[in-house]
Amino acid sequence: MIDRDTVLHVATLSRLELRDDEIEPMARELSAVLGHLETIGELDLDGVEPTTTVVEDRSPLRADEPHRSLPREVALREAPDASDDGFRVPSPQA
Amino acid sequence: MTAYEPVIGLEIHVQLATRTKMFCGCELVFGDPPNTHTCPVCLGMPGTLPVVNAEAIRLGLMIGAAFGGELAQRLVFHRKSYFYPDLPKGYQISQFDEPLVSGGRLGDVGLERVHVEEDAAKLTHAGATGRIGGSTSSVVDYNRGGTPLAEIVTLPEIRSAEQASSWLRLLRETLRQLGVSDVNMEEGSLRCDANISIRPVGETTLGTKTELKNMNSFRFIEQGINAEVARQTALVQAGERVQQETLHFDPRTGSITSLRSKEGSHDYRYFPEPDMPPVAVPDELLQSALSSVPELPLERAERFRTELGLHEESARLLAFRRALGDYFEETLQAGGAGTDKQQVANWIGNDLVRRLEAQRKDDEAGETDTDPAQSKVTPAALAELVALVVAKKINRKAGEQVLDVLVAEGGRPQAVVEAKGLAAVGGADELRPVVQAALDANPDVVEKLRTGNMKPIGAIVGAVMKETKGRADGGEVTRITREILGL
Amino acid sequence: MTDPISLSVVEAASALRRGDLSQDELFTAYRDRAAADDTNSFTWLADDLQAGLGGRDAAPGTDRPLAGVPLAVKDLFCVTGVPTASASNLLRGYRPPYTATAIDRLQHEGATILGKTNQDEFAMGSSNENSAFGPVLNPWDRTKVPGGSSGGSAAAVAAGLAPAAIGTDTGGSVRQPAALCGVVGLKPTYGTVSRYGMIAFASSLDQAGPITRNVADAAVLFRAMTGPADRNDMTSIGWAGQAAGIEVPSAERLDGVRIGVPTELLGEGVEPGVRASFDAALARAEELGATVVPIDLPHARHALSAYYLLAPAEASSNLARFDGVRYGNRADIGDGGLVELYTRTRHDGFGPEVKRRIMLGTYALSSGFYDAYYRRAQQTRTKIVEDFAAAHRDVDLIATPTSPTVAWGLGERTDDPVAMYQADVTTLPQSLAGVPAISIPCGLSDGLPVGLQLSGAAFSEQRILDAAHALEQVLGFDASPARRRGPAAPDAPAATGKDAA
Ligand SMILES: [Mg+2]
Ligand SMILES: [Zn+2]
Repeated sequence: MIDRDTVLHVATLSRLELRDDEIEPMARELSAVLGHLETIGELDLDGVEPTTTVVEDRSPLRADEPHRSLPREVALREAPDASDDGFRVPSPQA
Repeated sequence: MTAYEPVIGLEIHVQLATRTKMFCGCELVFGDPPNTHTCPVCLGMPGTLPVVNAEAIRLGLMIGAAFGGELAQRLVFHRKSYFYPDLPKGYQISQFDEPLVSGGRLGDVGLERVHVEEDAAKLTHAGATGRIGGSTSSVVDYNRGGTPLAEIVTLPEIRSAEQASSWLRLLRETLRQLGVSDVNMEEGSLRCDANISIRPVGETTLGTKTELKNMNSFRFIEQGINAEVARQTALVQAGERVQQETLHFDPRTGSITSLRSKEGSHDYRYFPEPDMPPVAVPDELLQSALSSVPELPLERAERFRTELGLHEESARLLAFRRALGDYFEETLQAGGAGTDKQQVANWIGNDLVRRLEAQRKDDEAGETDTDPAQSKVTPAALAELVALVVAKKINRKAGEQVLDVLVAEGGRPQAVVEAKGLAAVGGADELRPVVQAALDANPDVVEKLRTGNMKPIGAIVGAVMKETKGRADGGEVTRITREILGL
Repeated sequence: MTDPISLSVVEAASALRRGDLSQDELFTAYRDRAAADDTNSFTWLADDLQAGLGGRDAAPGTDRPLAGVPLAVKDLFCVTGVPTASASNLLRGYRPPYTATAIDRLQHEGATILGKTNQDEFAMGSSNENSAFGPVLNPWDRTKVPGGSSGGSAAAVAAGLAPAAIGTDTGGSVRQPAALCGVVGLKPTYGTVSRYGMIAFASSLDQAGPITRNVADAAVLFRAMTGPADRNDMTSIGWAGQAAGIEVPSAERLDGVRIGVPTELLGEGVEPGVRASFDAALARAEELGATVVPIDLPHARHALSAYYLLAPAEASSNLARFDGVRYGNRADIGDGGLVELYTRTRHDGFGPEVKRRIMLGTYALSSGFYDAYYRRAQQTRTKIVEDFAAAHRDVDLIATPTSPTVAWGLGERTDDPVAMYQADVTTLPQSLAGVPAISIPCGLSDGLPVGLQLSGAAFSEQRILDAAHALEQVLGFDASPARRRGPAAPDAPAATGKDAA
């Protein structure tokens, strides 16, 4: 089912670090859960439309009218590393 | 050796000219201090939800209508997932299998689709070089994040870098005239990626393509595509394979480097955006979009050519630069029936534009922004000037001098002609004695002319011009010379 | 003078209006009780009435229907300036700059915030053991779980630490803890309460709802939370007309009401004691004039599979924003780069269940597996929606036990995700169908509360509330044992509940 490589691949996609001792348990748990969920594999679902939401065609669009933006100090207030009037991160290619 | 041809498709991201962002009401203002146009929604704060800006949809539909594409009946958005600091939610809200527009065509290139999505924020790379390489930290400014974009995807029908850049010029002008975007490449409101592959000439299947990212000028697009085609050709000729990857062209060095090598595997995990249930395109929005599409460059060029009889080149020039086209049509109107349309086109397209551009050469705004309507030369004055030249009341040189004055000071051509004494030396009666004198003064030239060698006629014309201070008509001088010498 | 703690929302509101009680008196009575809480129901308590206004300048006008009523609010609702962490270490200490629409509407009606309640992290769980603030204890028996994910909300109401609470329900997170704690929980029709400002778990399923001592209070709070379409939420569907129609239920009979019992959901896994209480409650419904008939929901048994693919898929995407860049807690990454910023922040910030669901959801959406998992789950959802539509052509209401079991022991299922997921088997079908459902206490089994779930077609809240109210009167569930064991009387002997069965 879900092997170690798959777990590592999915962890990379999810941007989750998994320590060495966390990989096997994750593989085991995901396999158990997926094994249990596979009952939907039995259903004949040919031609059945997927349901994404139960509230289709209800939502009005928004008029192109400005609202008040946040003061910058509020926008930055919760940032772990605010500097140079922005949100600082390690350089993507450093 | 096998000959290879490039197969090129373009993906163009165009910022739509709305007042506010795609999914929130933050105002779009270019160049404001960082992070002054953000809110919980466009910062991707927990619990916030997107609401579609109707105007972005209307502008997207206008693009589709202009291209003759099929317009979607309902709006369906998907999430495209990847992690990057300029993407606050960890996914971009975009469209996937039901784009706003399917198909369509502009000029010589067919379109696959046009979809709408939100723009990423701006990352400024702090560090030694200020560029992406070598910097240790970056700062995110979310002012731009969430700007509505139309992504225009062409079919792979482009066969050269030159074709790509000239088609892009047409696209840019079309979008500008539609009024859907500022299409300013320096400010990033129009950005182009190219999908490039090569194949042996005659082959119909597609080779492995690479994606060349974010080229921000027509020149770089041409250079970048040429460099990538050369790189792929060299690879294939050396017996190697082209890898599917995303590339960056550095215009300073002309080199091509692979991007996103550290990002890990690509899997965008598109799925229907559950925060935004599909919704029918409101009919009033559709009608408004359809009725807002003006006459576009290609249609106008066709009309100039077939209805007004302009040469192909003039027709395109005036149609592709709306300000020129509008001024041209006003000049024809001012001139009334009998105006020489091609002459008016020539005077605007060559003489007037050259003068106006020289006048504002320090301005950065670029070639296409020249608008004669903003100059001191009124359409009526230009019409009058062209009429004087066509009627040979003044010669072309004098006409150019008049135009100099009009550009600098304005006024009416007739008044300038009189004030400067530029009226053509009228008719054969006035000109004949001057020509005769010139022939008398140059017997050696006359000798040659009599043998049928008309080359030295220039000396006679020059002498007459000197005598008349340039007001004679060169053609008339030649005619009178032939008459006198019985040629 | 009556003890303020004994008053329901409706009673307290009228006592406040009459001037029998002051807003400060009521607030302080609950504040003191909640401060002495030993069930770990709260993640934050307002110091005073002013702090409970959450960014509003003015105290609620005394003319508003809920003026002065203090509410416990699940931690995942954003309230301006109030700590809001969705019980995650990643967000611990976060103070949002805005207030969720549902809470704003309650405040507009005069309600004030007593505190934020504990929950499973990001609402992922059925036992409230997945919280960065530690597990919540069931007020009926402190060795048992309160249910989840709105466990703190249900426990706080059951223990009398708040007159009522606001929770959220994605797959049963209001109904199931309400059942396990012996209180009332309403999950409204999807879209009737704005989701704006609720930290999302699964967007297509999340719905806010009240947890109360009785059905009348649930009606009053639901009416206050719902309303016209929220312009900040495209999944909010504008319910002004119907909302005006929500009345405080007063029905005493169930004449002409047809109640369907889906046999598929009464199979293995339902404890005998739960089954006995449930059957007894249905017998009372028949005495009140209802007709009880067996019905088929042929795909209901696949709801668990569909739900545990769809909800984690949406969650894996909804939780991508927690990256340590704009808010929340960033891991110490030393010289690490961007990848370390992401992976370590998320490793350290998320608890094990959240990681498991992110992994599961990412997997279900990933290239090559989308069709087999995510898309099939969506198609299964279609079949479930159709099942409910078909059933409601015949019956007005559908009844099931809210939970197949009563509250289980703390730690009993934490090592077995599959067993934990089974806890929601009877609430998941209604969530996927988007229909409204209520859980009311209907008796005790082994001294622990049993919940009866009544659901109806979309927008049938009034009918559900009316029926629940009528049944509530005859079931006469005695919730006082949980309150008496509370902090005000820690040594009070455990009273025996009046078992309706
Ligand atoms: Mg794009
Ligand atoms: Zn914004």
